[in-house]
Amino acid sequence: MRITCPNCGPRDRREFYYQGDALALDRPAEDAGLEAWDDYLHNRENPAGDTADLWFHEAGCGAWLVVERNTVTHAVHKATLAEKAKR
Amino acid sequence: MRLQTPEKTVTFTFDGRRIKAVPGEPLSAALLANGIKLVARSFKYHRPRGVMSAGSEEQNALVTVGHGAQAEPNVRATTLEVSEGLEVSSQNAWPSLRYDALAVNDLVSPFLAAGFYYKTFMWPRSFWEKLYEPVIRRAAGLGGLSGETNPDTYEKAFAFCDVLVIGAGPAGLMAALTAGRAGADVIIADEDTEMGGRLLREREQIDGKDARAWVADALAELDALPNVRCMTRTTVTGAYDQGTYGALERLAGARAADKPVECFWRIVAKRAILCAGALERPIAFPNNDRPGIMMASAVRAYVNRWGVAPGKAVAVFGNNDDAHRTAHDLAEVGIKVAAVIDSRDDAKVSGDYPLYTGAQVIATKGRHGLKSITIRHNGGTRTIQADCLAMSGGWNPTVHLTCHMNGRPTWREEIASFVPTPDSIPGMVTAGACNGTFSTVACLTEGADVAADVARDLGLKPQTTVPAADDAAYAITPLWAVPGKGRKWIDFQNDVHVKDIRLAAQENFRSVEHMKRYTTQGMAPDQGKSSNVVALAVLADATGRGIPETGTTTFRPPYVPVSIAAMGAGSQGKGFAPERFTTSHQASIACDAPMIEAGLWYRPSYFPQKGETHWRQSCDREVGYVRNAVGVCDVSTLGKIDIQGPDAAALLDFVYTNMFSTLKVGRVRYGLMLREDGHVMDDGTTARLGAQHFVMTTTTAAAGLVMRHLEFVLQVLRPDLDAKIISVTEQWAQFAVAGPQARALLNTVLDQPLDDETWPFMACGAVDVAGVRGRLFRISFSGEHAYEVAVPARYGESLFRMLVAQAEVMGGGPYGMEALNVLRIEKGFITHAEIHGRTTAFDIGMGRMVSAKKDCIGKAAAARPGLSGEMRQQLVGLRAKSPDHGLSAGAHLFAKDAAETRVNSQGYVTSACFSPTLQTHLALGFVENGRARHGEVIKLRDHLRDITEEVEVCDPVFFDPTGGRARG
Ligand SMILES: [Zn+2]
Repeated sequence: MRITCPNCGPRDRREFYYQGDALALDRPAEDAGLEAWDDYLHNRENPAGDTADLWFHEAGCGAWLVVERNTVTHAVHKATLAEKAKR
Repeated sequence: MRLQTPEKTVTFTFDGRRIKAVPGEPLSAALLANGIKLVARSFKYHRPRGVMSAGSEEQNALVTVGHGAQAEPNVRATTLEVSEGLEVSSQNAWPSLRYDALAVNDLVSPFLAAGFYYKTFMWPRSFWEKLYEPVIRRAAGLGGLSGETNPDTYEKAFAFCDVLVIGAGPAGLMAALTAGRAGADVIIADEDTEMGGRLLREREQIDGKDARAWVADALAELDALPNVRCMTRTTVTGAYDQGTYGALERLAGARAADKPVECFWRIVAKRAILCAGALERPIAFPNNDRPGIMMASAVRAYVNRWGVAPGKAVAVFGNNDDAHRTAHDLAEVGIKVAAVIDSRDDAKVSGDYPLYTGAQVIATKGRHGLKSITIRHNGGTRTIQADCLAMSGGWNPTVHLTCHMNGRPTWREEIASFVPTPDSIPGMVTAGACNGTFSTVACLTEGADVAADVARDLGLKPQTTVPAADDAAYAITPLWAVPGKGRKWIDFQNDVHVKDIRLAAQENFRSVEHMKRYTTQGMAPDQGKSSNVVALAVLADATGRGIPETGTTTFRPPYVPVSIAAMGAGSQGKGFAPERFTTSHQASIACDAPMIEAGLWYRPSYFPQKGETHWRQSCDREVGYVRNAVGVCDVSTLGKIDIQGPDAAALLDFVYTNMFSTLKVGRVRYGLMLREDGHVMDDGTTARLGAQHFVMTTTTAAAGLVMRHLEFVLQVLRPDLDAKIISVTEQWAQFAVAGPQARALLNTVLDQPLDDETWPFMACGAVDVAGVRGRLFRISFSGEHAYEVAVPARYGESLFRMLVAQAEVMGGGPYGMEALNVLRIEKGFITHAEIHGRTTAFDIGMGRMVSAKKDCIGKAAAARPGLSGEMRQQLVGLRAKSPDHGLSAGAHLFAKDAAETRVNSQGYVTSACFSPTLQTHLALGFVENGRARHGEVIKLRDHLRDITEEVEVCDPVFFDPTGGRARG
């Protein structure tokens, strides 16, 4: 598996650290309430299809990426810098 | 028997016997040339077996190569190249290949049918592990491992190309030529020692010349193309996501030359063209496994390519036109064709040898080598003398790779076989025999056409010219199993015969996947390459379904067995994990300090001195250095993260529970870091070197984790913050100097002496250390007056030696991890033994460190119900009631009179030590509502080490609770 890092180009999966669902981008406010925090911390979709998650180019440029891919076909559609991701 | 006298020979040994061979020919050819038919014993019944094929699909002729640690079991004789001095032995036979005691299994075979161990060895239950399994394991099996460490080396490599051509037969060569001529970056891989595929094994013409001459011309052209790479001895073993292919390369003569024996490739290809050819399948007839019974195409290969006659009188048994080629080629070189037995009624005469149409082989004779066959013909039987029988049940396209990503092959009735389903592997197309296209000219054409399509897709302008070639038809009438009595072998490698498969169906294992697991058909090292289609045809017949409905089992990678050593190349021994050494490593080793792993780092446990016989003696002495004089310890392994920028302080406020924006320049503060779920992630000190410049320290274990976390916060959660971070762990060597004499020791190496006025507790700043610019932090992990001094790493070893030498003058010296651990337990300082991922700031008594004035990571979640309160297990000190009795980490804690059962556990011990300072055993641990229970005596119980002790719950700070020693 390869991910095309916007900084480094196509790189082997072994260079990346996998974090989890990209919903981690949307951190609730401190006072958002238990339910919002519970969702943010623990509840995840388990899609058969397209998904977006966060990967860290740990053995490369050190960028956190939002990687859009498909859990069924294993296609990797696109990777964008997390710091530029819209929220 | 050889057809010509070879020009050059080498000598190898088989079971100690010296045998002459042509260098580079496969072992199977050399054995056949020397009349050796009996090569191996079968897996389960120890039946005598000989060479069956001429390729990597070989089921019978598995041997062990070499001896001792380098012995390699289960090597296929058909792919093993003979070289001078090669040492080969037979396997799964005792006392000898010819007189194998366990051949008795064959006599009791009615009791050893498929699934026998599920039924026979059920009771009594305890007998399975102790008796049945060891006996079965000894009786059944193939080659054995040496049990020694393999001294051979293996390699791994990566390659990238536009087009990967898998297989170099007629289709593959044409594909590579077409794509290569068009300018594509091509890799063509073939598992044989030479490229050409079946063109090396058949007698035919291409472009008006001998096929082998055409192959030589094609290879010369490919070699001359700089954009084409030809890889022989390379089996593409698997197809994976995104055009990635695994391939195993065997390196010729590597063992002798002390080079890697195998290389595992990961090839990334924009496109792949599968030209893997086809495998001939056997026919199931009684005793079809005798040495001398071979695949018809293999007989042709030995005759045509290696000039070896597999027998003196050869019979041919087939159900298709292709079988007749064998008789034709044998007659051509003057080998006697005893008979051609064609199961089809309408078979045509193909040469001047006896042809029996509508006939079948129903029996064979010859225990260690075929002597005769009996055929049924025209309602009668007839016995024919033959020492070799060439059989052909038709051809199975090699579809394996197209199934590696869940693809299912499609049944094609007219060739009675499965062909690849298009687009099974993204980016892969198929051509030639693996596609069910069998004639040479059709293979050449398809290879060229498919490659031209691929090249056009890649934006190139290919041209196709296809040479004239043989266009023989391939007509087949399926014959899977000859009716009648006797064991008719299907999976030769796992000793599965027709009756086993019928039994599976009878016992309702009717699904092909169930049948496979019940009979073990297709589960041997060859993974049923030759047997799968026959097996499922027999199953289809037994269950009254058609073959397409019955379906196939799943072909999974690897296509051929791949040694773990090849896949894990580079990761054996020290290659498994890198080692990180501190700058004081050599100095510590020179002191005979035993080193202990801390992540990838190595740190000294203690520094033994003459006369010390136990680590505790060294440890107690080193603790004494720090409490009474001065100790020196390398703390460079702690993570150091340099943080700079206008928002550096804001970043720290967000990642630490406590406030850092209020920290003055030149001061250090202890910080507590939570995970977003409210549990403690890490702790450490952070120094403010400038208004916009901090240096954070992390624990050794969490250095990488914290670095990743800070990047996550900066890039994912707070890109609004203008701050940059970088790890400087390896750039700075840092040493703790601790003890009442710490300042005196430092003053011997610092250019400016220290005093309390400018260097109070928790001060930091730049210093000059023997003329080198360094940093000093007045912090303490021992509770003593202490500093950590840092210099650029290149000066680390020198500074360590200077500090140790001066410390020894002052009655101190170096101390290791054991003493460091005792010192911190005495002071109740936590490590990851306590902040192990399930403890909160409340649990460790630092709930008040979570600032109310700001948000921080983990703050919201830490406030959730259940993460604080009386029911929480809270950090406490534990003091042994009997000072001489040791406590143990991992022990559980119980109310004094409670039974020591799981449900009564009130907590556990995380760290324990003997305190030479307090002359008693101490521990840290967590106890329910622990902070309210100081003074209570409870029970410590370690079921593993059988320790029961009474301990007094107390404050975790055992020594100097007011902290006067660190400040003074
Ligand atoms: Zn990158």
